[in-house]
Amino acid sequence: MAATTNASSDLNYITEFKGIKSWLTSLDHKRIGLLYMMAVLTYFLFGGIMALLLRLELFSPGANFLSADQYNQVMTYHGAVMVFMVIIPGIPAILGNFFLPIHIGAKDVAFPRLNLASWYIFMIGSILAVSTLFTSKIDTGWTFYTPYSLKTSTAVITMVFAAFIMGMSSILTGLNFIVTVHKLRAPGMTMHRIPLFVWALYSTAILQVLATPVLAITLLLLIAERAFGVGVFNPELGGDPVLFQHFFWFYSHPAVYIMILPAMGIVSELIAAFSRKVIFGYTAIAYSSIGIAAVSFFVWGHHMFVSGQSEIAGVLFSFLTMLVGVPTAIKMFNWLATLYKGSVSFQSPMLFALGFMFLFAIGGVTGIILAVMGVDVHFHDTYFVVAHFHYVMVGGTLMALMGGFYYWFPKMFGKMFNESLAQISFALIFIGFNVTFFPQFILGSMGMPRRYFDYIPAYHSLNSISTVGSWLIASGFFLSVYIFWQAFCHGAKAPANPWGAKTLEWQIPSPPIHTNFEVEPIIKAGPYEYR
Amino acid sequence: MSTGNTTHASHVAHHFRDSEHQFDSAKQGIWLFMATEILMFGGLFVAYIIFHAIYPEMFAEGASHLDWKMGFLNTLVLIFSSLTMALGIHFIQVGQQKKAVVSLALTILCGAIFMVVKYLEYTHKFHLGLFPGRFLNPEVVHATHQNLGMYFGLYFCMTGLHGTHVLIGMGLITWVMIKTIKGDFNPEYFTPVEGVGIFWHIVDLIWIFLFPLLYLVG
Amino acid sequence: MGNHNSHGTTHTHHIVPFKIYMMTAGALFILTFATVGFHQMHLGSLAAPVAFLIASVKAALVLLYFMGLKYDNLMNRVIFGTAFFFLLLLFAICALDIWTRISEISTL
Repeated sequence: MAATTNASSDLNYITEFKGIKSWLTSLDHKRIGLLYMMAVLTYFLFGGIMALLLRLELFSPGANFLSADQYNQVMTYHGAVMVFMVIIPGIPAILGNFFLPIHIGAKDVAFPRLNLASWYIFMIGSILAVSTLFTSKIDTGWTFYTPYSLKTSTAVITMVFAAFIMGMSSILTGLNFIVTVHKLRAPGMTMHRIPLFVWALYSTAILQVLATPVLAITLLLLIAERAFGVGVFNPELGGDPVLFQHFFWFYSHPAVYIMILPAMGIVSELIAAFSRKVIFGYTAIAYSSIGIAAVSFFVWGHHMFVSGQSEIAGVLFSFLTMLVGVPTAIKMFNWLATLYKGSVSFQSPMLFALGFMFLFAIGGVTGIILAVMGVDVHFHDTYFVVAHFHYVMVGGTLMALMGGFYYWFPKMFGKMFNESLAQISFALIFIGFNVTFFPQFILGSMGMPRRYFDYIPAYHSLNSISTVGSWLIASGFFLSVYIFWQAFCHGAKAPANPWGAKTLEWQIPSPPIHTNFEVEPIIKAGPYEYR
Repeated sequence: MSTGNTTHASHVAHHFRDSEHQFDSAKQGIWLFMATEILMFGGLFVAYIIFHAIYPEMFAEGASHLDWKMGFLNTLVLIFSSLTMALGIHFIQVGQQKKAVVSLALTILCGAIFMVVKYLEYTHKFHLGLFPGRFLNPEVVHATHQNLGMYFGLYFCMTGLHGTHVLIGMGLITWVMIKTIKGDFNPEYFTPVEGVGIFWHIVDLIWIFLFPLLYLVG
Repeated sequence: MGNHNSHGTTHTHHIVPFKIYMMTAGALFILTFATVGFHQMHLGSLAAPVAFLIASVKAALVLLYFMGLKYDNLMNRVIFGTAFFFLLLLFAICALDIWTRISEISTL
């Protein structure tokens, strides 16, 4: 694969090497990004169908078409698939792989073979996870809490081992990105000239490397507990189930920042590009990403306020959790300041970015509410929590992912999409999302517990509304699939810079050539010089 | 990276400026991976320390079944193997291929000795009925503490995970030893050996803590 | 800055002298004997801290000399140190929780 291309021959990273084998053995970060995209979108469809089934069952009280056991399984797979196979890998593995090297003026990531290996490891883990559907579907919830996860007769060991394998993939991606950012920046590309998407991916990568190993050992210990009854998490042998939660959330809390930081990076790119203005407070936004990553390690116990952990630990975690709102708010205010007196255009990527700001604000603020231990004692394990994390993960991460797809689709595939349809898709997703999840804040306040198969009649009407909302979201996403498919097959040819943005990817052809740049760029200015 | 090199430059991948750039990047990647190993094993240490503090007498009873002389021998073996591993890299750096091969072979041998000692320890324990977790029957082993299975659960998890890493390390060292014999490395290019070496030292490092924790502090 | 590959450039790879390796190994052997020696003395509650301290010194020797951190750039040291810091964090807060729990017995 040593061919050098010249742009006039119209060869790009898609057309230059042909055949399935060239894709499955490709060391090109752009192709690997697309390999991840195929997998992640498939898992997203599956996880989404689980969600639709769940909400359909909850349309009215009582057993509708799922038994209680089946409900627990559907609920578990919805969570486990969305967390481990969609949202954690999602933005870094797809858009990060594709654009991180280009953003810093590099030809590839530091370790291209490791990158491909990461994809194969992800595939092995995810397929192993899916295989449990055909053996014995798990019903523990995606958090695998002991002691139930030790007693249930379902395929916990297989699923947990699958998550272990996928964690390896996450670690290797993070490792690759850190060395890439440290070592492969083009001449003149100082750390204070890299795009904010890169700062976000860099902070995320630090989390991936530092947090995931603790998940690894937690899962291995859980397997040992089930297989041998080691005793560390099992009270029957003198162990402590709360210790399992400590170990689990030590990873899983930073994990939610793995989910949101790259999304915030995308939003920074979109806000700057579609305000046609230098981003306000570049340094503050950059370091707030690092700040969020750092603080995220100190707050995990806010998932455990009612678990039996000590009150002192609870107070400590409550206080520290409120701190994380500070760097997050810094981002929001800087984005707002960028919009102010900017030349704002409301094209579809920007709609998703603005949607993110609105929805994430609600999600984030409700997180601060939950951080207050006295309040959380009442809200824990209710639908208030469910609404909170869907606002940040779907209203946040997924909106940003969609915005990123719309923004970068012309660059990745060289085609333009139907803008009007894209705006309709946004409206369906945005409205549908609020119809689905806002009622859940109210349901939680009224005391409806989460993960329950059934509920009292007082909760009926809000549940029905929520279910209808899920259909709206689904139609919005299916419309987007149609839009991208139509654009891929019949879209107008995209220019190099359809949005008039300033980061490096817009200075190269759409789609890019195999080595990204004909000549290594020399950087003389920051990434958002819109004057 | 190429398996055979006739020029110094052919091992340098296209996205790196030069050999040094590639080497430094590879080394940073390896250190990041070692950070993850520390955190992973560290979790086991945290669990061990916490339960040791909660059940000090039960842990003392468990540790009394371990033969500290075997652990001591294994510690010396691993330290020696770290020396031979470091020397293996050293000899490649100064162009003494044959001595490098001998050093790497000695390292593998030390790993094998470690695993044999481990095997003897394990089989002896099984013989006595000292199994992990719920497979340990307190009556069979005349245990004073009913949850002695927790001690041995942790013991087998920690030494088992460590032993797995020893085996993986032995495989990796074999791989770089074969490449050294084939002449793939020279003072300009020896990155894989460096990486494997760092991995092997981490394996030694973990044992340096495991030995006193399991065998002595009980 | 083009893509020139180095042909026989002098590399700045530091070659640790043979003697340093031997001395490090020697120190490690001595410290291992010391660990066992202190164990035989049955120091009671001091036994664990002493053993841990000696192990830390041995670990430092392996890190600095065998693994070359003494001669390496700052970033690799930061990477390793950071991992260790967060491991301590995991331990500290878990321990804080467990040792500040107040067990309550129901009055019912």
